[in-house]
Amino acid sequence: MVTSNFDYFAPTSVDEATSLLSRYRGEAKVLAGGHSLIPMMKLRLAEPGVLVDIGGIDGLSYIKEEGGGVSIGSMTTYRELATSSVIQANYPLLADASARVADLQVRNRGTIGGSLAHSDPAGDIPAVILAIGGSVVARTRRSSRDINIDRFQVDLLTTALRDNEIITEIKLPALAAGTGTAYSKFHQPASHYAITGVAAVVTVSGGTCTDARVAVTGAGDKATRARRTERILKGKELTQAVIRRAASRAAAEVEDSLNEDIHASAEYRAHLTQVHAGYAIEQAAAAAG
Amino acid sequence: MSTEITVTVNGTAHPASVEPRLLLAHFLRDVLNLTGTHVGCDTSQCGACTVHLNGEAVKSCTVFAVQADGAEVTTIEGLADGDSYTNVQQGFWDEHGLQCGFCTPGMIMTSEALLKQNPDPSEDEIRAGIAGNYCRCTGYQNIVNAIGAAAKAGS
Amino acid sequence: MAVATFGESVKRTEDPRLITGRGKYVDDVRLSGMAHIAFVRSQYGHARIKSIDTSAAVDSPGVIAVFTGADLQEELGGLPVGWMLPDLKQPAHPPLAFETVRYLGDAVAVVVADTAYQANDAAALVNVDYEILPAIVNAEDATKDGAPLLHEEAPNNIGFDWEVGGGDYGEAIKDPDVIVVKERIVNQRLIPNSMETRGVVADYDAGKGNITLYTSTQIPHLVKLLFSLVTGWPEQKVRVIAPDVGGGFGSKLYLYAEEVVAGIVARHVQRPVKWIESRSEAYVSTAHGRDHICDVEIAGKQDGEIVGIKVDLYANLGAYISTFAPLIPTYLFGLMLGGVYKMPNIECKVHGVFTNTTPVDAYRGAGRPEAAYLVERMVSRFAQEIGRDPIVVRRKNMLQAHKNGREVTTGVMYDSGDYKGNLNKALEIFDYRQFRADQRAARREGKLLGVGIAAYIEICGMAPSAVASSLGAGAGLWESSNVRLHPTGKATIYIGTSPHGQGHETTMAQLVSSELGIPVEDIEVLHGDTDMGQFGTGTFGSRSIAVGGAALFNSLQKVKAKTHRLASHLLEADPKFVTFNNGTFAVEDIADKTLSIQEVAGQAYAAANLPPGMEPGLEEVSFFDPQNFAWPNGTHLCVVEVDQDTGKVEVQRYVAVDDFGNVLNPMIVDGMTHGGVAQGIGQALSEAAVYTDDGQLLSGSLMDYALPSADMFPMMELDRTVSPSPSNPIGVKGAGEAGTIAASPAVMNAVIDAIAHLGVKHMDMPATSEKVWRAMQDAKEARRAERAAARSQRS
Repeated sequence: MVTSNFDYFAPTSVDEATSLLSRYRGEAKVLAGGHSLIPMMKLRLAEPGVLVDIGGIDGLSYIKEEGGGVSIGSMTTYRELATSSVIQANYPLLADASARVADLQVRNRGTIGGSLAHSDPAGDIPAVILAIGGSVVARTRRSSRDINIDRFQVDLLTTALRDNEIITEIKLPALAAGTGTAYSKFHQPASHYAITGVAAVVTVSGGTCTDARVAVTGAGDKATRARRTERILKGKELTQAVIRRAASRAAAEVEDSLNEDIHASAEYRAHLTQVHAGYAIEQAAAAAG
Repeated sequence: MSTEITVTVNGTAHPASVEPRLLLAHFLRDVLNLTGTHVGCDTSQCGACTVHLNGEAVKSCTVFAVQADGAEVTTIEGLADGDSYTNVQQGFWDEHGLQCGFCTPGMIMTSEALLKQNPDPSEDEIRAGIAGNYCRCTGYQNIVNAIGAAAKAGS
Repeated sequence: MAVATFGESVKRTEDPRLITGRGKYVDDVRLSGMAHIAFVRSQYGHARIKSIDTSAAVDSPGVIAVFTGADLQEELGGLPVGWMLPDLKQPAHPPLAFETVRYLGDAVAVVVADTAYQANDAAALVNVDYEILPAIVNAEDATKDGAPLLHEEAPNNIGFDWEVGGGDYGEAIKDPDVIVVKERIVNQRLIPNSMETRGVVADYDAGKGNITLYTSTQIPHLVKLLFSLVTGWPEQKVRVIAPDVGGGFGSKLYLYAEEVVAGIVARHVQRPVKWIESRSEAYVSTAHGRDHICDVEIAGKQDGEIVGIKVDLYANLGAYISTFAPLIPTYLFGLMLGGVYKMPNIECKVHGVFTNTTPVDAYRGAGRPEAAYLVERMVSRFAQEIGRDPIVVRRKNMLQAHKNGREVTTGVMYDSGDYKGNLNKALEIFDYRQFRADQRAARREGKLLGVGIAAYIEICGMAPSAVASSLGAGAGLWESSNVRLHPTGKATIYIGTSPHGQGHETTMAQLVSSELGIPVEDIEVLHGDTDMGQFGTGTFGSRSIAVGGAALFNSLQKVKAKTHRLASHLLEADPKFVTFNNGTFAVEDIADKTLSIQEVAGQAYAAANLPPGMEPGLEEVSFFDPQNFAWPNGTHLCVVEVDQDTGKVEVQRYVAVDDFGNVLNPMIVDGMTHGGVAQGIGQALSEAAVYTDDGQLLSGSLMDYALPSADMFPMMELDRTVSPSPSNPIGVKGAGEAGTIAASPAVMNAVIDAIAHLGVKHMDMPATSEKVWRAMQDAKEARRAERAAARSQRS
């Protein structure tokens, strides 16, 4: 299978890249790792006239501790995330989820920025970042803005990113003392994408859950916070019963848009979401101590 | 519109003028005539086309040749030094890690990368490590054995 | 490398080229001036072609020509049917459809361009105006009145009705003690997925009028013959070459439309042309496997005695009859319904049905996995019904061991086997009693473990020609070999089989080496080029060593006889006293009178001192046609764990004990068993081709068709029993398909066993997580309802 023809640009700076996006606004697509875009182009589900390859821009691949949080360059690969001691120490769920994206080859190539920008409804990273919180730094030729991750995923394969913007960085906040994290996923047997994946970030203080962010991927049309689940957890001691009750509401936010395909019916997806929410919250609570 | 690129493949620099849409797999096979890299699917699943790009295993059907401009690529043809095989190649031969041989170049390239990342993998780690490479002949058993043997030989 | 022996795990001689990227598959063939072709395929399951506009494609860059089905109708002919059945409907099967498309992927036009990318681009520009017709994909529904009709000549879409049996099932179940257990069992459609897709390069020699087809096939000689019959191209001017072939599993066992079209198009454009199937294209254009809907009943008594099986099968043929399609769900299925049991009464009806789907033909095991699955699933189902252990029921009904032929209810003659021996050995390795204890303990901790057993037998070593012909075969099923010893004593052999992963270059050389005492590295094994040697049949039905190896063995005996006679003459000794060991002729009791086979070969060509009447040279040909099939059999055991929360099934243990007769190369046979088992597990747990009602394929790529990956399997534990087959001179049976035949029922029996205590009795493959979870939910729900009913009755 062959993609359609396109014009190709390999800018060496963000300025150059964003200029190109402005110039070819509407017909240009950003090529990061390419592992979401190229398969779609081969199937001719995407036929961009222009590709702006940001792989040649230096300085977009880094993991930096700053201001208590961590900043991640958008071209950082899954493999770099999975093996980074900074990520492992600060956001174990991100390291763990990255280690389980697709396969070894894809992890060498796929990037955090690419995953967020593509916003596959079954991608792992969008849910994980959503559970951690933080923001996405989007640059145009003239400006730069931080998009709160809670407002980043808009719809199926659609984000708040404008078509002349490039993600340059993901800013993750410091997690409070007593915070545990976990990502639990049930993968589709052929594509290895998530049928459902649940990311949980839970803070426990004095035996009580003081904060909880839980996000679900795979079940609906985009990664989504499970706010009802979070509300049940907050302010309570995380007993088995509380976790079970919270997990049972994990699919509530996506129940009107549950995916359904030959691999999982809507009903089964909802069930798996609850099961994996239970696993993720329990693991996160255990890690929180 | 053609794009000028230079890709260093198995140690030799190859300047070429290519269509941007030319996949790296096809560049290797059809421009450089390195037909050891196989194409087994069109959705980035099967891994038969795995090569090393700047030392890391990638599926060359999901990389445009233009993205490899200036990069170092190693293919299956670049592994053996004459008749002296790498431990992985030797392991595949000794342990009967191949039957029809079509997935083998990609499987070997992934195995090489896996052992570089993890020189002493457990059976589960080997199985997870090659989960992005399909083989329809062997049931993977002797491939797992082959990689295990290569790890042992390398230690 | 030294002289090899029969039974030694000789390392493969193919591997040095394959582990270094120097294999040569069809996509690696590059010919000067080669153009590329791409097919335009139907997007619909069923439609009438109103018109085809090729103008945009013709104007597309690099395009040399565009042909529609109507353009080439006369030259292409129709694809052949290679197996006849009584009253078989054979609707015309044009390689390029020109009036009606009958399945998604049916080719309607072909584009020739300078590059593959250009051919692809242009194919997308061919504009076909279709009138969409109602479609039907389910074989049972297709036979109902009012269902969309595919072919006028096949009312109710029935391609054939066929039956087989023995004893009297109807009479047997009149016994009031007989319990009858019924199920509807679906054996799902599979997509073969050899890792190399199909492909063909056609090279036309205008000067000689010859055509050479390089094609990824299991049957180069039959492709040559069938291509010639279909197109009228004189057979002596057709050469077919199967280069390295990247797997087949039955799917490369036919003459395909693309092979015919490529040959004809090459003649039109006077350039070599290449077509390489993309994976997604393969999903619709390469024959599928299985797809049975079956009503089955098994009958037996409370003490475990099984009295019979009755089967009513709807076999989906797809839109046309593929080359061997009539054989698969009939003889290869129906004759095997007794399994390894006495099974005194068998009644089997098969309806072959046309539907708007890709044609269905052989896929690894081909009919036998479907039969073994029915028998083994139903035997376990029966054991569950009467509350007995499935091992006990099997043992009670198994055939006794035999060494030389036993006729069974369906009329066929099993060659040799020790069925209970296989079972006992498997149980010993497995430790069945311990497992049952572990299972109970695990269940108390909320862990669901299950064990599944499958005892199978299969008909393979596909031959004898006379029998096959009487059943409908359109070609002989013997096999051939040519052995040439060169003047230096090195050997070149040409075999009629055509390997695609089986390692014939190794095993055939091993056989030569062990018989003639020539080192393996001195033996070149040629195959898959119809101009290189004598006609051969091909590689399928686990026949290559059982039939082809035997043909080679016979040629080697001729070589041995001639060299023995010549050596005796040269040694001036009475042949009675000349021995031959390890490649050396010696005269008994005379130490210094020896000649190596290499020296004798030299003398055969020097021809200076030949015995009276002996011709010079050293080359022998044999065609071997056995008297019976070969019948591998065995017992496989599988342990699965079912996740309570999600229904996910994990295979934890797999034990296989197989009787392949004598084993030439144990390493290769074990490797094939691993691969076969993996494919069987794939069918049981993850693989399924799923069509929508209007003929769209939902599992249309590797994104949705779940091939097993390495992390799905435990290390398999293999062992053997050996009952040499009397069907051939080397006592082998064939090992290519056994694993696939045994594994699906073993795994499914294990899945059911893990959740049987909840009340689950059957589920169809694949046992996906959702299906298992649902079965558990439904069973729990049913139990709750039962309890509620019981409570309300009490109160």
